[in-house]
Amino acid sequence: MSGRLRLAGQVAAVAVVAALLGLLAWKLTQDESRVTSELQRGGTPTAPPFALERLDGKGKLELESLRGKAVVLNFWASWCGPCKDETPLLQEGWKRWQGKDVAFVGVDVKDFRGDAREFLERYGVTYTNVYDGKGSTVGRYGVTGFPETYFVDAAGNVRYRIAGPVEDAAELDAGIERALAPA
Amino acid sequence: MRAAAVALIALLLAGPAGASEERPTAAELESELVCPVCDTTLDTSNAPVALRMKAFIRARIAAGDTKSEIKAALVDQFGPAVLAEPPKKGFELLAWVLPLAGLVLGAAAVGALAWRWSRGRGEDEPPDDSGEPLDPVLERRLDDELARFDP
Repeated sequence: MSGRLRLAGQVAAVAVVAALLGLLAWKLTQDESRVTSELQRGGTPTAPPFALERLDGKGKLELESLRGKAVVLNFWASWCGPCKDETPLLQEGWKRWQGKDVAFVGVDVKDFRGDAREFLERYGVTYTNVYDGKGSTVGRYGVTGFPETYFVDAAGNVRYRIAGPVEDAAELDAGIERALAPA
Repeated sequence: MRAAAVALIALLLAGPAGASEERPTAAELESELVCPVCDTTLDTSNAPVALRMKAFIRARIAAGDTKSEIKAALVDQFGPAVLAEPPKKGFELLAWVLPLAGLVLGAAAVGALAWRWSRGRGEDEPPDDSGEPLDPVLERRLDDELARFDP
């Protein structure tokens, strides 16, 4: 009886250790700041895919549907002060780059949908914006604050990142040119 | 008589819970909801999104929404992570069950060990002399050595 009890205890201990190792492996593969850390090491990580609800009510947008274009991916929220300063610059940039194989996508994060729509209307934003109230993209991209902008190339790889607001048109254009440059 | 007392206690307990559901206060909701950018409850946060959520809660209370309705509206916007306590269903149920299961398993393990330990101590088993006999030469030498310590 005691031998059987001991065996059961050993099996349970091994199972617990295996479960913890599995959890560790899962956590490592889900590394939250992979994109940012790879960029900092000079790499061009694959932009984590997403399918998010469009704020204009036209269904969902899948990032992968924009393959073949450079994508300016801007993470923002209506309650974020610097986002208000940056948005007119992005809207002007969108007008400048429209029709040149460049897409602008705003990702509204941890926000009220209504506030986000009001914000877009107030600032006259016409580029595509999607809603990520739960912030599911934040960890996968390694977003450290708002706003933050990622420049994705036509193959779906992140080439450049601006943490904080885009300061001027030259900085925005430089990011886009990096995303358009051949690999 | 006992049944009446039990019913009275149940009513006394159910009263405040029902009132809280129907007429929640901003303070209680703010302690049960989490700011999505700072991961602390709303009542301890002054982050812009937390302030916006507090304003939303006050507006919904003024509009006559119940506690569940206000929480559901916020979960719809920000996801279930906005709840300070995970819901008792689906995957989140694990957050409630696992600690209890751990506690029960730990208590069972401690109980089993204590039982074995007390059982081992309680039995006056005779010394095990079933092993191989000592070499006679060695035994004699051991006796001689021990004799030296006799008074």
